[in-house]
Amino acid sequence: MWTDLPLWPARAANFADKVDPLYLFLVAVTIFFSVGIFLTITVFAIKYRRSVHPKAEQIEGSLAVEATWSIIPLGIALFIFVWSASVYFSYGAPPKNSLRIYGTAKQWMWKFQQPDGQREINELHVPVDRDVAVTLISQDVIHSFFVPAFRVKMDVLPNRYRTVWFRPTRPGTYHLFCAEYCGTSHAGMIGWVVVMEPPDYEAWLASGGEGSLASSGEKLFRHFGCISCHRSDKGARGPDLASLYGREIHFQDGTTAIADENYIRDRILGPRPPNRQVAGWQPIMPVFRGQVNEDQMLELIAYVKSLQQNPLNVNPNAPIPDEEQRKRNPQVAPQVIQP
Amino acid sequence: MSAPSVAIEPREHYLNVDYGIRSWLLTTDHKRIGVLYMISITVMFFIGGIFATLIRLNLMTPAGDLVSADTYNKLFTMHGIVMVFFFLIPSVPAVIGNFVLPMMVGARDMAFPRINLLSWYLFVIGAAITLYSIVVGGVDTGWTFYTPFSTTYSNTYVFSSIVGILFSGFSSIFTGLNFIATIHKLRAPGLTWRRMQLFLWSNYATAVIMVLGTPVVAIALILVAVERVWHIGIFNPALGGDPVLFQHLFWFYSHPAVYIMVLPAMGVISEVVTTFSRKRVFGYEFVAAASIAIAVFGFLVWGHHMFVAGISIYSALVFSVMSYLVAIPSAVKVFNWTATLYKGAISYRTPMLYAFGFIGLFTIGGLTGLFLAALGVDIHVTDTYFVVAHFHYIMVGGTVMAYLGAIHYWWPKMFGRMYPEGWAKLSAGIIFIGFNVTFFPQFLLGYLGMPRRYHAYAPEFQVLNVMSTAGASILAVGYLLPLIYLIWSLRYGEIAPANPWGSTGLEWQTTSPPPTHNFEETPTVTEEAYSYDKHPEMEFVA
Repeated sequence: MWTDLPLWPARAANFADKVDPLYLFLVAVTIFFSVGIFLTITVFAIKYRRSVHPKAEQIEGSLAVEATWSIIPLGIALFIFVWSASVYFSYGAPPKNSLRIYGTAKQWMWKFQQPDGQREINELHVPVDRDVAVTLISQDVIHSFFVPAFRVKMDVLPNRYRTVWFRPTRPGTYHLFCAEYCGTSHAGMIGWVVVMEPPDYEAWLASGGEGSLASSGEKLFRHFGCISCHRSDKGARGPDLASLYGREIHFQDGTTAIADENYIRDRILGPRPPNRQVAGWQPIMPVFRGQVNEDQMLELIAYVKSLQQNPLNVNPNAPIPDEEQRKRNPQVAPQVIQP
Repeated sequence: MSAPSVAIEPREHYLNVDYGIRSWLLTTDHKRIGVLYMISITVMFFIGGIFATLIRLNLMTPAGDLVSADTYNKLFTMHGIVMVFFFLIPSVPAVIGNFVLPMMVGARDMAFPRINLLSWYLFVIGAAITLYSIVVGGVDTGWTFYTPFSTTYSNTYVFSSIVGILFSGFSSIFTGLNFIATIHKLRAPGLTWRRMQLFLWSNYATAVIMVLGTPVVAIALILVAVERVWHIGIFNPALGGDPVLFQHLFWFYSHPAVYIMVLPAMGVISEVVTTFSRKRVFGYEFVAAASIAIAVFGFLVWGHHMFVAGISIYSALVFSVMSYLVAIPSAVKVFNWTATLYKGAISYRTPMLYAFGFIGLFTIGGLTGLFLAALGVDIHVTDTYFVVAHFHYIMVGGTVMAYLGAIHYWWPKMFGRMYPEGWAKLSAGIIFIGFNVTFFPQFLLGYLGMPRRYHAYAPEFQVLNVMSTAGASILAVGYLLPLIYLIWSLRYGEIAPANPWGSTGLEWQTTSPPPTHNFEETPTVTEEAYSYDKHPEMEFVA
């Protein structure tokens, strides 16, 4: 039976080396103070029991003693704070050149999409010793992406992309749990992260192959009619999206925003506040809320991001509806093609 | 004094002054209201305990064979709601505080006796609505009601549960108001703030949190109901809301609520440790000031529940450092209680055993709080069984131990009978052992990565879960024993003297049980609390 008793989680990512030492230090602090208190109470309780020490000696207290046992724990606490904050910061922005994986969470499954387009459900394949950034969004309630072996956890929110990163250090198969209670099958919203040697990972990638996210996104870009306005030629009625990603966007009210994934998503879905109209353009873009699902959104964003390398030079061969009408009245939103 | 009205009872007191059911349901006597609360929360405790039992039985096997996933989700939700809102929050303040607080200030009753009765009725109405929600189908949102799950996706009785909690919230606000007014206005002549017993200080701090914090959770829950019923977008992004906003509103109350649960318990420990050491408390000012510091800083740490929820890293830094600051006054209290034992004349009666248990378990609970306040470690352990273990060490190891200690300590004053000491010590020991066997393995489970609120789990977690369930069965025995022998003692217990522990506490300077208006004549206070050196005549007679 005792061989079944695990006491330490697997250590399979860079963060284990940061979190585990701090955890052990905290365990040591806990043992030191609790054993200290237990022993002191035991000694006092035996030594000063009423049968041998019937008359208590009244002691007022002592400022020096109070100051000592306030300041020393405060110092230890602040030491832990600084250490733990430095660990927390290392969880921050993913390193450049991370492998970018996108995923959606919903009741009660995880869906991931590799950059080359492989889709997986409740499994995530990643190469060992490579920085991996996973950008996640929820389709319904709050979930939480938790891989204990990686010491990684991040709540996955509806309506907002968040990115978690890690560098797997050991090939193997590790638990993926949903850590934020999400309804009936919360305990069933589990999966596996498979860490593979790079050649195995490449072989696995080659076995799937449904076309990259960006190419799927390009199809949607036509399908939803985005291409009729967002183009680089003179017929453009919306900003050119080439090299949009990561750029600073200026609004009519003088404010700015960085065009990250959340920005692109918000602009596509709308509604867009009138004062936050991109400077130089008419507010004619339709609202897509309720028409683009989260998987399609990820593909669209992947396409927009891919325009970094390939400026928007697609020949708009898709028919542009009601061209003349919109020229006359730019306030009229173009017809949205239902998916 | 008038002649005794009942022949067999030698003396008139609050229990025998009238016997009718009306005399209880329409009473404005704080002592009777305290007893009413005691009965009500005992019922709720055992209902919550049944849920806990079913949870632990279900978790004996990885597949969760006992109940379905939906049932399990309702069980932990109802366990949380019942235990937090209908047992822990009212436990020490509404039962013990109601009974002894006016006597400790030397008053005849609370400042607003009718509002005091109203708070009990609100509590009972809230409990009834909550029990109704359970009977008709239950609620499965977790006691935390996280949005948008609670507003949009749950198909259970969210609305009625919220209404039940709102009633208990107003009950708690009224109790807090009464405590504040009573301590400010009804102190006996000579009872200056610096002479007050520490139980008064800690309940004063608690009352401030109740009055300032509870309205916020009431607002948060009303907003959940508004979005759920009228689909007005507040928290659900599909309606233009923000789901994380709810967490801010909820924890703005619910973290201070932890201090509502533990501060009064700390007050109990201060009383018990001094009485059974026959000593003044070490560093009175520091223990009293620590209560106020906890109440103030406690309002500034709610974000530490949200380190992985999507708050900015800089606000996370602030919440982390504030959490470390609030830990210091708690540590100071533990050190002061320990130092109070030094050169005392210590007797090991049951309340003192509970106090020792409290100090030990609260120390572990507090120190494991450092793990959760540590930003880097919290990422791994939050939303796992580590958190479950941590807050049970505070709330069960801390508050429930102190509540039971308080029940035993003031039992002679409440009912004029002694509890059976041998049985009481035995059950205190069983509870201490059962508690640790139940909850210590959960720390290990948490670091291993077992998420909380899981109906079924990975097989490698089974051994620790079976240990925890075994501990829970020991704990259940420990909790049933006092229920039996305390009821037994009401009739068969030894007659209690007025001051069996020889305490200097003002509440002991009257007969047991006290007369309806507590004191034959208004007491005058001429000395500091816990002046045992001036009162060698206050002998330990029990």
